[in-house]
This record gives sequence, structure tokens and C-alpha cells, in this order.
Amino acid sequence: MPTEFTPFTSLAGGVLIGLSAVLLMFAQGRVAGMTGIFAGVLPGSANREHLWRVVFLAGAIIAPFILTFGANVAVPFAVPVTTTMLVIGGVLVGIGVTFGGGCTSGHGVCGMARLSPRSIVATGTFMIATFITVFIVRHVVGLGG
Amino acid sequence: MVKHTVTLFAGALFGVGIAISGMANPAKVINFFDIAGTWDPSLIFVMGGALITTFIGYRMVFGTRSAPLFAPSFSLPTKRDIDLPLVGGSAVFGVGWGISGFCPGGALPALGLGHFEVPIFVAAMAAGILIARTILNARGSVAPA
Repeated sequence: MPTEFTPFTSLAGGVLIGLSAVLLMFAQGRVAGMTGIFAGVLPGSANREHLWRVVFLAGAIIAPFILTFGANVAVPFAVPVTTTMLVIGGVLVGIGVTFGGGCTSGHGVCGMARLSPRSIVATGTFMIATFITVFIVRHVVGLGG
Repeated sequence: MVKHTVTLFAGALFGVGIAISGMANPAKVINFFDIAGTWDPSLIFVMGGALITTFIGYRMVFGTRSAPLFAPSFSLPTKRDIDLPLVGGSAVFGVGWGISGFCPGGALPALGLGHFEVPIFVAAMAAGILIARTILNARGSVAPA
């Protein structure tokens, strides 16, 4: 299923993500990595300081809710995969980001902005793995589209 | 209270940025990786905008402040080694991202958009994180939080 090329709203969204990361560092001294933030609010997390994570997550979820249902902004959304693929993909993402210590936001934005060698290697690795996976799923196995 | 308001606002910036950028839309994310098919290069602008903003903003924060506003010190990742968990974990994350079209930073704000597929992915991802944490704890290393 084709999607519209949106350079301007995508750039604007990227700048907002960046401003969020800078504000969180300025205010809390923390990296805006969704892996660490989400993992830190799951049961069994040995962390004394997780209120800021709950508050940040709440803002990140409530704002798109208000945008959609309060401001009536239509946010394009389509899931071109099956529920089974969502579940398998979700488990793999959870395992991968935990071993890898971060995801697109933590490694790809915050870590790369700090020129962290670990984050540069992680980002290069998951981008390549994702390109290969999408090619195999779409053009070798022939699922989704 | 001011501290939590600022953190909530940072989370809201992140959520709106993700929503308008297209990162919360699996169809758009998978199309970015589908160069051989229905390619949509929009996400280059998301990454570019986020990375440049964070790169400049972090330098302003670290250059002008010795500590964040509401915490005694900056909490930056201290690991330096490029090891198998980093590379292998990132590769597994990429496979999961390619199968599902969701990464953690895209999926959590997408919860606010009110589609039934998102909580399915997020629950599977939470399970993956807890599985990986159990493995890491059994091996004696500490999971990222």
C-alpha cells in the first residue's frame, strides 16, 4: 500500500522529537530513549526514580490522543501486516532493544547526536536488518503490501 | 510540580512529533524500508530533523550548564564496548521492526491514536523486554532501564 511522500510534516515532526530530547536533557539530564523509559515503568524494574518516566510517557500518549480526538487532526495510520506479525515483531523488538540497549530514539537520535560509537553501530545494524527484513517479507515471502 | 509539567510537555512534544512525522504509522515506516517496492523516503526527514535538532541542542545544554535544571547531574550512558549483545540485539530489533512496522518510540505515542492494533504490539513488546530481562538477570548482567 503506497503512502504519500510528506517531507515537510516529517521534517517538522523530527524537529519536535529533537526539541523533546533537548528539553528532557536540559530539565532532567536524561536521554529520551523510549526503550529505557518504557522498560523502566514495567513491573520488576529495579529503579527508584521512575516517576519522570511515567510522566514523560503520559505526555507522549495523551498528546496524540488530544491531537486526534480533541483537535480532530487526521493522523494517517494503516497496519499492512497481520496480527501474528504484530505479535512476533513485538516480541522480537522487545528482546532486541533490551539486549541492544536502545532503539531508534535512544540510539538513533540521542546517542547519534552525542556521536556515541555504540549508538552509531547499533543504528547502522538495526537499519540494515530492517531493510533486509522488509525486502524478504515483501519480495521473497510476498506478505503484505 | 514545575518539574513534572516540563517533563509532561517534553513527552507531549515527542508524541506530537512522532504522530505528525509518520513514525506512528506502520504502513509509512515499512514503505521507507521498501526501496524495491512502494518506497516512501519521508522518514529520512524525520531522522534528519530530529538528529540535527538534538545535535545542536545537546551542545547548547552541555556547553552552558554543568547540571540539568531538576536533577543533580546528567545521566548519560556509560557503556563504551561494542559487543555481541549490542550488535545482535540491534539486529533482532531490526527484524522485529521490519516484520511489524513499529519501533518503541513509534508504538507508544500511537497508543493515543485509538487503533486496536497498537496495544497488541505494545503488549508483545513488553513481553519481549521481560523475557530478555529474565535472560540477562540469569546471566548476571544488568538489563538497561
